[in-house]
Amino acid sequence: MKDGSLRRLRALIFKELLQIMRDPSSILIAFVLPLILLFAFGYALSLDAVGLKVGLVLENTTPPARSFAASLTQSRYFDVTTAQNRRGLEEDLVAGRLAGVVIIPSYFTRRLARPGRTAPIQVLTDATQPNTASFVENYVRGAWQTWLQLRAREQGRVLPVPVRLQPRFWFNSELNSHFFLVPGSVAIVMTLIGAILTALVVAREWERGTMEAMMATPITIRELLAGKLVPYYILGMGSMLLTLFMAVEVFHVPFRGSFPVLCLVATVFLMAALGLGLFISTLARNQFVAAQVALLAAFLPSFLLSGFIFEISSMPWFIQLITRVMAARYFVSSLQTLFLAGDIWAELVPDMLAMLAIATVLFTITALKTVKRLD
Amino acid sequence: MSDAFITIENLTKRFAPGAAPALDGFSAAIRSGCITGLVGPDGAGKTTLMRLMAGLLLPDQGSITIDEFDSVHGAAGIQRQLGYMPQKFGLYEDLTVIENMRLYAELRGLPPAEQGKTFERLLHFTGLAPFTARRAGALSGGMKQKLGLACSLIRTPRLLLLDEPSVGVDPISRRELWSMARELSGEGICTVWSTAYLDEAERCDAVLLMNQGKLLYQGTPADLTTRVRDRTFLLQNPERGRRAVLAAALQSDGVIDGVIQGSAVRLVLAEGAEPPQPATLQAGNDAVLAPVEPRFEDAFIDILGGGPGGHSPLSELLAPIRSDSAHVVEARGLTKTFGNFTAVNNVDFAIRPGEIFGFLGPNGAGKSTTFKMLCGLLKPSAGSATVAGHDLATAASAARSRIGYMAQKFSLYGNLTVSQNLTFFSRVYGLPLQSRREAVDGMVGIFHLEPYLNTAADALPIGFKQRLALACSVMHNPAVLFLDEPTSGVDPITRREFWTHINAMVERGVTIMITTHFMDEAEYCDRIAVIYQGRVIDTAPPDALKDSVRSEKLTDPCLEDAFIELIRRSEQEQEKAA
Repeated sequence: MKDGSLRRLRALIFKELLQIMRDPSSILIAFVLPLILLFAFGYALSLDAVGLKVGLVLENTTPPARSFAASLTQSRYFDVTTAQNRRGLEEDLVAGRLAGVVIIPSYFTRRLARPGRTAPIQVLTDATQPNTASFVENYVRGAWQTWLQLRAREQGRVLPVPVRLQPRFWFNSELNSHFFLVPGSVAIVMTLIGAILTALVVAREWERGTMEAMMATPITIRELLAGKLVPYYILGMGSMLLTLFMAVEVFHVPFRGSFPVLCLVATVFLMAALGLGLFISTLARNQFVAAQVALLAAFLPSFLLSGFIFEISSMPWFIQLITRVMAARYFVSSLQTLFLAGDIWAELVPDMLAMLAIATVLFTITALKTVKRLD
Repeated sequence: MSDAFITIENLTKRFAPGAAPALDGFSAAIRSGCITGLVGPDGAGKTTLMRLMAGLLLPDQGSITIDEFDSVHGAAGIQRQLGYMPQKFGLYEDLTVIENMRLYAELRGLPPAEQGKTFERLLHFTGLAPFTARRAGALSGGMKQKLGLACSLIRTPRLLLLDEPSVGVDPISRRELWSMARELSGEGICTVWSTAYLDEAERCDAVLLMNQGKLLYQGTPADLTTRVRDRTFLLQNPERGRRAVLAAALQSDGVIDGVIQGSAVRLVLAEGAEPPQPATLQAGNDAVLAPVEPRFEDAFIDILGGGPGGHSPLSELLAPIRSDSAHVVEARGLTKTFGNFTAVNNVDFAIRPGEIFGFLGPNGAGKSTTFKMLCGLLKPSAGSATVAGHDLATAASAARSRIGYMAQKFSLYGNLTVSQNLTFFSRVYGLPLQSRREAVDGMVGIFHLEPYLNTAADALPIGFKQRLALACSVMHNPAVLFLDEPTSGVDPITRREFWTHINAMVERGVTIMITTHFMDEAEYCDRIAVIYQGRVIDTAPPDALKDSVRSEKLTDPCLEDAFIELIRRSEQEQEKAA
């Protein structure tokens, strides 16, 4: 009996692997999509603002005004279009061609000569994109402060600054957003494989009637579940390796942890993701419903609530509570630890325990809910 | 019955608390070593019973005992000795033929040493040996059935459950599948074969006749057929059109059922009724009413309480169609290619006004593709076609307003109610407001849709779905009606009702083009085009088709014999040419 069980399991796994290899959509999700995501996060999407398009209106052409204008045009944060009056640039701002407009008014020199009054420059920003708008504001403010200090030094004065900040950014000293986006995309890809692909292939078996035929054979529910788990675990790990390789070799993201620990953490996360996928498949017996549920229950949370793009600590408390039952949250945090910091067990162990708990709950429910019957 | 292999006792199964039971106090016994037919219309509970026997569903009440196993507590024991072919075959389409077989061999624990021999035997048995490396998804319907059967036979089962193995399968594959099952039952396997085809039921060793979850009859088909002994007659050589004679016969007292058989009319009388005189049916002087051997179907209709009457109110609602041209539908060299596959190959035919023209052919022969071209839904790759006087290449939309089309798949809006669907289609066809209301009300009355007016089309029983589809396709009074397998999955009574409507429309001058897998329906056609591999291999009236294959071996061929023989000949010619 024991021997027969092993044979059946082997046959199920072999069957699933053949299907994966022959079904272009699994290959697409496991190996092509990660590459697309990496390129998107690596090149297209960036949370750093470099080369912001701003307009500069020079209503005053005295040397100090020109000097400040030069400090803006030379900055790598700005891509500056200069004009003599504001009309054309305001139109560009309204049309969204510019992220902001900096105006050096005609009274610039007068105001500068009488310190203590409000800043003699004006900044207009397009607040329909609040993120970019605040970048413009902050960067212009920074440029202005720097320019004032430089000017003071040139004139042999020291500008009184109450506190001098000397920030040092640990783990990601360049504040390079690729460094945390790329590891985060590993979590997205593994969620896709573990939860969505698994839920879909089980639903497909229901739709095509193969599940009914399987259930009429001597296989057990444990074999049926394991026959799905093992192949998609292998696929998920393979995809993770590809993403890791690309991240380190192509995007030069530092990997400061160790490979075996990464595999361990990824295994624990995949268990939770596969558990969710199998759980969804007990609810949805057609691919359309399975895709919808998986999108809502697995993909969107892993994107929005995992701390991958949006920081969890800045979410309202009740959303923070929801993130606590999302395995992706713990995985993203572990990945960032592993890539940027190293094998910090004090960080990794609690994350792994949380994922393990989620996986256990999901598997228990799935095993209890799945019976070898159609109703 | 003490020698029963399967004992079913007082079985009841409901899928929702308030719903009508799928099985209702069902008791039966099934023996080993023979083919037991599970016969009944769609929705009778056949699939539910199969799944209960396979241990895949829990009964609400009652029990099933197979061998010594109970289907609830001993499901594992049943499944060890079970071969089960569900309606959707249960094949992995991405896997090849041999990979599918190997999978089932491993799952059923067939020792590796025996696998080679078993595969060889089953591949030979099913004729799949040349296709072992082909993926299951690329097989034809009939070949999928055979592979499904091979997979369920990997480890010779004691119980073989085949759930509607012949649905959607052409007559040739059906015959082959049947002879395989016959051979297996000879080896002592208990075979249960569910079907809606009554000619198949007639060949079973025993049948369980069921309707709406209840057992109507249990025994041999022959015993059931004796119910109607001396009550079946054939009216030959009717002078007046056979459709009018049938309608008259069905309305006369004592006739409980009647169908058209080629140029003759077949009648079943009520118990003790006198046969009607040909003269009273105005069938003419040459008409002869002669007794014939009863068939299973006659008895089936009898046990269900007789067929519908012969009058269709549809004929009063539809305006008569006059046609000046000799041909209403004409195809000249019609060809359709998809990539390098030729679905329809240089097809010619011409249909006269008021004719029923049948299109008969195996799956994938190109029937639906031809239909879609004639309805202006597909553009021909070559050739031309005119419908109701309009050339499809230049005036497709003008042609479309004169035709009705009932697609093979249910193509109404499933989440709209019956009345919303009817109203929608009446608007789509641009009926003026006044006649729109008349048409909708008329259709509701004719097709008995009142109880379902506010039911979503998806929730209708299959028979009513098809009625609604037919209603939607005729409400604009089309000159030509295209019916693509309109009665697939419909029970025999409703099918007769359909043909009453069709006959009535034809009497009003409507031209019908129809495809079907039911050979008894093909008998209603005035002419039949046999289509195979995209080509028309013969066009003739049903009786002429039968005559063309008559031989010493085959003295009284039925239409199915003719169909199979014509296709065999066409294949032979091709081999010679190659």
